[in-house]
Amino acid sequence: MEPMLLHFDVDGNDFTLAGETSSKVKKMLTKLGFDPAMIRRTAIAMYEGEINMVIHANGGTIDVEVTPEKIVARLKDTGPGIADLEKAMTEGYSTATNQVRELGFGAGMGLPNMKKYTDDMQIETEIGKGTCVTLTILAGTQN
Amino acid sequence: MKLQEVKDILRANVLTADADMEREVNSACGCDLMSDVLAFVKDKALLLTGLMNPQVVRTAEMMDIHSIVFVRGKMPDDALIQLAESKDIVLMNTELPLYISCGRLYQSGLVNQERSED
Repeated sequence: MEPMLLHFDVDGNDFTLAGETSSKVKKMLTKLGFDPAMIRRTAIAMYEGEINMVIHANGGTIDVEVTPEKIVARLKDTGPGIADLEKAMTEGYSTATNQVRELGFGAGMGLPNMKKYTDDMQIETEIGKGTCVTLTILAGTQN
Repeated sequence: MKLQEVKDILRANVLTADADMEREVNSACGCDLMSDVLAFVKDKALLLTGLMNPQVVRTAEMMDIHSIVFVRGKMPDDALIQLAESKDIVLMNTELPLYISCGRLYQSGLVNQERSED
C-alpha cells in the first residue's frame, strides 16, 4: 500500500492557532480508524513539536507519512536551531520567554515528552539554519 | 463520576451548548501548566485550570480530555467557547479557587485510582 502523504504549513505569527495542524491530523487518523492510543501518542508528540515551532522558530512545515504500520511526522523550521541539544532534552530546561510561560508552556517538557510518546525521535539542528524533528509512531506498540 | 455531579459539587455553570452531562470522568487534574498536562494526565480526566487561552482547549483535545472547568470565576470569551464546542469539549466555570475545587471533588470520590496510595 502506498503511504498517504500530507503537507502542512505552520503559521508562526499567531500562537492562538498553534496546534491546528495536529488537530487536523488527529481527526484524519480517527477517520482512518487507527488505534486511539496510537492516535493520542501521535497527536501529543506533534502538538508539542508544533508549539515549539511557533514559540521558537516562527513556524515551519509539517509532513506526515501514514501507513497502517507507522506514522512518520517531519517537523521542519528555519529558526535559530538548538544550541545545546543535550540540555534541551533535559526535563525542566527551557529557553522560552515569560510570555510563553504565561500561556502555560515553556516548562522544558516539550522535547522529553515528544520522545516519551514516540517510538523514535531524530533531531537534526544547525545554529542559524533551523531544526528538523522526525517522529515515528509504530502501530501495535504501547511505547 | 458524571459531569452533572461535578457541576453540582463545584456549583459550576455550563458554558458550552448541548453539553452531555452524563459523560464520565475517571480522574481530575488541577493545573495551569499545559506542558505538565501533556506529560502526565491520564485518559478520561477532568481538567481544572485558571489558565484562559485557546491552547487549554487544544491541549485537552490532544489528550482526549472532554471536559474543562475554569476556576476562580474565569469566563472564557465566545471564540474559546465556540472552539470547545467544535471539538465536543464541555466547558464549565466555578467561582471556587483551584485548591478548593480539587479538594471537593477528591472528597466526593473522584480519586485518581493509580495515585490513590501515594
